[in-house]
Amino acid sequence: MTPVLEIAGLEVTFPTQEGPVAAVRGVDLTLEARKVLGVVGESGSGKTVTMLATLGLLPAGAEVSGSVKYRGRELVGLAPRELRKLRGAAVAMIFQDPKTSLNPVQPIGHQIVEGIRIHHPDVGRKEAAKRAVELLALVGIPQPDRRARDYPHQFSGGMCQRAMIAMAVANDPDVLIADEPTTALDVTIQAQILDLLRDIREEKGVAIVLISHDLGVVAGLADDVAVMYAGRVVEKGSVDAVYTQARHPYTRGLLASVPRLTDTRHGPLQSIGGGAPSLLHLPGGCAFHPRCPHARPNCQVDDPRLRPVAGVEAACHYAEELGPVASK
Amino acid sequence: MTGDPILSVRDLVKEFPARGGGKVHAVSGVSFDLAEGETLGIVGESGCGKSTTARCIVRLIEATSGQVLFRGRDVLRLGRKDLRKLRADLQIVFQDPYASLNPRMQVWSIVAEPLIVHGTPTKQARARAGELLELVRLRPEHAGRYPHEFSSGQRQRIGVARALALEPDVLVLDEPVSALDVSIQAGVLNLLEELRAQLNLSYLFIAHDLSVVRHISDRVAVMYLGQIMETGTRDDIYNHPAHPYTQALLSAVPIPDPAAERRRKRIVLKGDLASPVDPPSGCRFRTRCWKAQDVCAQEVPALVDRGHGHPAACHFAEEVQVVP
Repeated sequence: MTPVLEIAGLEVTFPTQEGPVAAVRGVDLTLEARKVLGVVGESGSGKTVTMLATLGLLPAGAEVSGSVKYRGRELVGLAPRELRKLRGAAVAMIFQDPKTSLNPVQPIGHQIVEGIRIHHPDVGRKEAAKRAVELLALVGIPQPDRRARDYPHQFSGGMCQRAMIAMAVANDPDVLIADEPTTALDVTIQAQILDLLRDIREEKGVAIVLISHDLGVVAGLADDVAVMYAGRVVEKGSVDAVYTQARHPYTRGLLASVPRLTDTRHGPLQSIGGGAPSLLHLPGGCAFHPRCPHARPNCQVDDPRLRPVAGVEAACHYAEELGPVASK
Repeated sequence: MTGDPILSVRDLVKEFPARGGGKVHAVSGVSFDLAEGETLGIVGESGCGKSTTARCIVRLIEATSGQVLFRGRDVLRLGRKDLRKLRADLQIVFQDPYASLNPRMQVWSIVAEPLIVHGTPTKQARARAGELLELVRLRPEHAGRYPHEFSSGQRQRIGVARALALEPDVLVLDEPVSALDVSIQAGVLNLLEELRAQLNLSYLFIAHDLSVVRHISDRVAVMYLGQIMETGTRDDIYNHPAHPYTQALLSAVPIPDPAAERRRKRIVLKGDLASPVDPPSGCRFRTRCWKAQDVCAQEVPALVDRGHGHPAACHFAEEVQVVP
């Protein structure tokens, strides 16, 4: 199968007053057509920056190197004009906070029309407006013809996210990048939006990159998963393999530290000691070594690369010795 | 529950004036008991009134009506002086460890402030602040630092140390871990559990995360639009939920287990939360409920045991297992 999106050796550095900050340090990711790739990691792990770099949406001054290919076409270094043609058309994005991502002074329908006509100037206003109403119906907005005339403040958070999804799929993208799409929403509304994303994927055959800090959300939607830490992918594989046979101590720590709805134990949770490292002063060797219960002296010097280990890929020198995780 | 409750809330009501006239019915007749040494989890989505309830209890805002009995005394009727004394026994920890600590104060003085306010000489208060920092597993030698020099998890520990300064009996914890990354959250939850046992504290633990609430609570109350829909022990609520809202809520929580997620049947609610300015008549949940009938619009279902061993406020309460 040909991947729709191939990220290889991606590096992103931001100049700051205190020195350069390496936010993404050599990331490789592959998104297959019609699949969902989950990208998990905590704040500052580089998951959002990786996707912004993919779309050429980083602020001026950010240094980007490596390669991002959409259907074989290189996007890094592509002229802004060409990138604009791609964004919102072949590759679309939805963000965490739907309220601030919509224009507050334009009706929702109008914003969808604009998104269609930017990429298809030949489509008339009337036709685009009709299409906007169809899209709002598709994402489950009741009375779509009337609601198309509403402004974002007249929509609830969940409805705004539906409208964002309508806008994102307006031009039939084959890649949808969803950055924490349900984080700002309540759990019953989150369930609605996750259902909608499942439907959109089925009906439109769109491949999705799902960025989330929530291991549960990713488990329910993704086919494959990549775990990021300090600007690197430290583990990846199919969701089943990673969730049941993780080989990286960070992934295992994350999975062990989340309280689960199904948990009947009352005892202490396993926690990962320390905090995320400063990207300005990354530890030498493996960036996780100061927090790692399995670290040995060479972990402070040798930077482990991602390599295949029993069904997954893990960036740990001792991945083989860790063995499979005892399932909960 | 054994013995007298340390905290009893009775018919608590809080209404705010709404924009353009009318009232926001934020909390509409909430009652519950907190036993000594117990953790009661209050869970619900945004706008359900859980934080407003917390704030009324510690009197950061004034309730419209109702009673909050702390060891039998009504907190809502205390004068200024008595209220100050009471605050020593009843403390609150907030969600956002960034917004709730004064950025221009050194950590020792943040932690010592309640002591100084209550008349402890500065020197003693400073020494005590060091002990409190140790209690929450921070290094006392960092007492001279400022909040920005700490990580989010450490800041939340500072907030807990401050709340513990006056040796309270009850802590109201308002979303204490929801701003934290998961690897940090576990450490703070463990600390809270250790402190509860060590200091014989009682917790009112307010959160939207049902997994966290299951982990930490002995008993749980589920709120929707200003009212308690169902309450019971942890096992009652998670293993034998009888209210449709509790069932929908539990079935919506994602589980970090791909195989379980694929097998699960979800109850996906239609629509959004109704407006607290104009709450539905009868049962407030009926506008999103798949079981709703005419009676639900006419009669408010009382929060009583309907044969499931714990109270549920639903005319058609029926136990369904939704957690795999």
